[in-house]
Amino acid sequence: MSDDLEISDMSRRDREPLVHLENDELMRLPAPLDGVTADQPWKPLSARAREKYECALDDTCAVNVPRPAGAAEETALVRRFLAGLEKLFTKENNWTFLQPLLLTLEHCAKCQTCAEACHVFEASGRSELYRPAFRSEVLRRLYFKYAKHGGLLSAWQHGDIELNWPLIARLIELSYRCNLCRRCAQTCPIGADNGLVAHELRKLFSQEMGIAPKELHETGSMLQLEVGSSTGMNAQVVKDNVEFIDEEMSGKTGRKVETKWDVEGADVLLLHNAGEILAWPENPGAFAVVLDAAGISWTLSSDLAAYDAINYGLWYDDAQFARVAIRHAEAARKLKVKKIVIGECGHAHKALTVVADRVLTGDLNVPRESAMTLLRDIVVSGRLKLDPTRNDFPVTLHDPCNLVRLMGVVEPQREILRAICPQFREMHPHGVDNYCCGGGSGFAIMSGNNFPDWRFHVAGRKKLQQVLNAFADCLDAAVPKYLCAPCSNCKGQLRDLLKYYGLWERNRILYGGLVELIVNAMADVKPGFIEWEWR
Amino acid sequence: MTVAVYGAIYAGALVFLIACAVRAVTYARAPVHLRWEIYPVPHEEAARVRHGGSYYEDGDWWTRRRRFNLAGELAFMIPEMLFLKGLWEWNRKLWYRSFPFHFGLYLLGISGVLLVSTALITMWAPAAADGAFASLMRALYRPAGFGGCVLAFCGALALLHRRLTDPVLRTYSAPADIFNLAMFATTIGVLGAGYLATGPAFPGALGATRALLRFDAQVAIPGLLAAGLVLASALVAYIPLTHMSHFIAKYFTYHAVRWDDRPNLAGGRLEHRIAACLAMRPTWSARHVGADGTRTWVDIAVANPAGEARK
Repeated sequence: MSDDLEISDMSRRDREPLVHLENDELMRLPAPLDGVTADQPWKPLSARAREKYECALDDTCAVNVPRPAGAAEETALVRRFLAGLEKLFTKENNWTFLQPLLLTLEHCAKCQTCAEACHVFEASGRSELYRPAFRSEVLRRLYFKYAKHGGLLSAWQHGDIELNWPLIARLIELSYRCNLCRRCAQTCPIGADNGLVAHELRKLFSQEMGIAPKELHETGSMLQLEVGSSTGMNAQVVKDNVEFIDEEMSGKTGRKVETKWDVEGADVLLLHNAGEILAWPENPGAFAVVLDAAGISWTLSSDLAAYDAINYGLWYDDAQFARVAIRHAEAARKLKVKKIVIGECGHAHKALTVVADRVLTGDLNVPRESAMTLLRDIVVSGRLKLDPTRNDFPVTLHDPCNLVRLMGVVEPQREILRAICPQFREMHPHGVDNYCCGGGSGFAIMSGNNFPDWRFHVAGRKKLQQVLNAFADCLDAAVPKYLCAPCSNCKGQLRDLLKYYGLWERNRILYGGLVELIVNAMADVKPGFIEWEWR
Repeated sequence: MTVAVYGAIYAGALVFLIACAVRAVTYARAPVHLRWEIYPVPHEEAARVRHGGSYYEDGDWWTRRRRFNLAGELAFMIPEMLFLKGLWEWNRKLWYRSFPFHFGLYLLGISGVLLVSTALITMWAPAAADGAFASLMRALYRPAGFGGCVLAFCGALALLHRRLTDPVLRTYSAPADIFNLAMFATTIGVLGAGYLATGPAFPGALGATRALLRFDAQVAIPGLLAAGLVLASALVAYIPLTHMSHFIAKYFTYHAVRWDDRPNLAGGRLEHRIAACLAMRPTWSARHVGADGTRTWVDIAVANPAGEARK
């Protein structure tokens, strides 16, 4: 590891990574992963990737930016970056985040309080590169030098920096080493927001230079806008899949399950992350069971992008973000529903309910609500006959950052778990002080090169520690344990993390959503909805 | 020299006020941004503040009347402003240095306000200069001034020591960061020493303040104190030109960003401000954005780059 990293190293012209992590330098994990030998070896970044792409930051490569052909191309890229930097600080181009960005760049006291709150920094063994302020310091110096055209006095006041293509290439990668969980911003005494800096850098690269990870843009938001879902499912395919889920659920629960599509005038338009339909069909199936049993008038929409709640633009591109949010709202307006209810997807919650609140005006401003709230109201209303003894196994709850710290939906899911899970126990810390799963801001779906290795060893390490600590009294494989994560991206990350460390085979830690626990506890449903099988 | 010192003080105060106002107005006039709050938000209902919840925890939240919890916000703000509560919770080692520095500055500020108020009142009502009022005020501004000097001086030195010796901070410190703290320590040190070194001919803090307000050049200001006052004036003018103006920024980072949970209601003032932003014409160059300087944000948001690519 390089402990003496300086801001100026970002401009180094050699192609050597700035840092290298070894397992014995990382934050220690509790049993059964205590000891370096219990950890997994890293898959090295391939020589081909290093040769073909700009991978001179650390041990991995997330964005796959092709290496420029020569000096002329590098110069052109630097010019484009500078043009984007200027635009980032104009209201016409960036009214969306101009005020918070200026406040952050102009007032950070560089006290490093944020570092102690960052799971990536801590888990990496406090690698300087992953300190939240490192990335921000680079942008801050660029801002004062190039956007505000500062001279020598400015350099004395704010620090100097050399702008060249190697710096930009490293900065592109570095903007994808932050989960945007904003735990750092929560602790900043001034209110500066290093998570926002990562977000704004991603935006500059995407909106000006057309650079973004393929999983977020090409096969993410663009695919969603083209066929309707980043899963690639068009409306007919998604209907076929849901019909199959209905049949499965009917057999499994003993109740007739029939998902309704495009019902005009329904009370609720339910938005699922379409990934659930493919990866965890029991989740949309369980929603159908619960909503029908509770007598809710609900529907799904088959309009373009409206059967997939995801909105990857939230993480990297304001234009893509607004486009998807508007399509979600248009579907609700068209069906004349009373409200949109967002299923178990954290970033979809924040995107459509909170952030898009200042995009959706007029009749597009359809009321939006969390599924946590609706499910809580159903459970406490007594409309379902629930038998908590069916959930008599250890359960802990992961708090998706977007749903909890960034939206304030904290208690509804807990009220449900306290009502139906006798062995519910909290992680520490939890609620608005939670730690990210390590899959936030798109990382859960980014699997190019050896990026998953970084995601498991570094980004997800703190959450892994929390999960193991929460189940420390029952790690024996004879006791099945349930890690409840009411968010598709978090589930994807936790699935990969548990599998990578063999914690299902060795310790019987299963992950899943919240609504599945409700159906598992329904007394008038066949027992055993949760099957305790790995998937 | 007295006139020069007076000039420096008035100039310093004027620059400070103007620069603070410009900075505050600049932030206040920034366009409304997308919501970006972080919970807990202390003006939520009291029962929710405890766990950091929001109005989104209510079913059909838009049908319920939102109550602004001023008491909750004050319960957060007062300990934060006076005692740097956040720093106490998240960075205790720094708090031991930063709190005395900031609290010392508060005391110096309070002492200054009391001194000027007393001077103005006793100028307007000279009889008050020898009464209980003046005694009471003296009993307040003197300890506040001395205590403030000691705390701010020690705090500045402690922060400077950390900035110079902590290898982590070195990476993030510009020369100005060192200069700023050294400037604080020097100014407060010279000012305090200058005041303590004044002789019997000096009319005291209140007398000097009255002379300042009258622009009375007959009062002789000793050299060391004059140097301290000029340095302090320069420092006061310099602060709002730097990141040390975070006392202004903090209002906006908290009230306009972290705690800005105002929902956009149909026909409301916020909706009008958003509409103005959506009418702006961006010039981002990436092809998928489709910005050419003539299309508004609305045009761009309703366009579908995937569909256009197919065509």
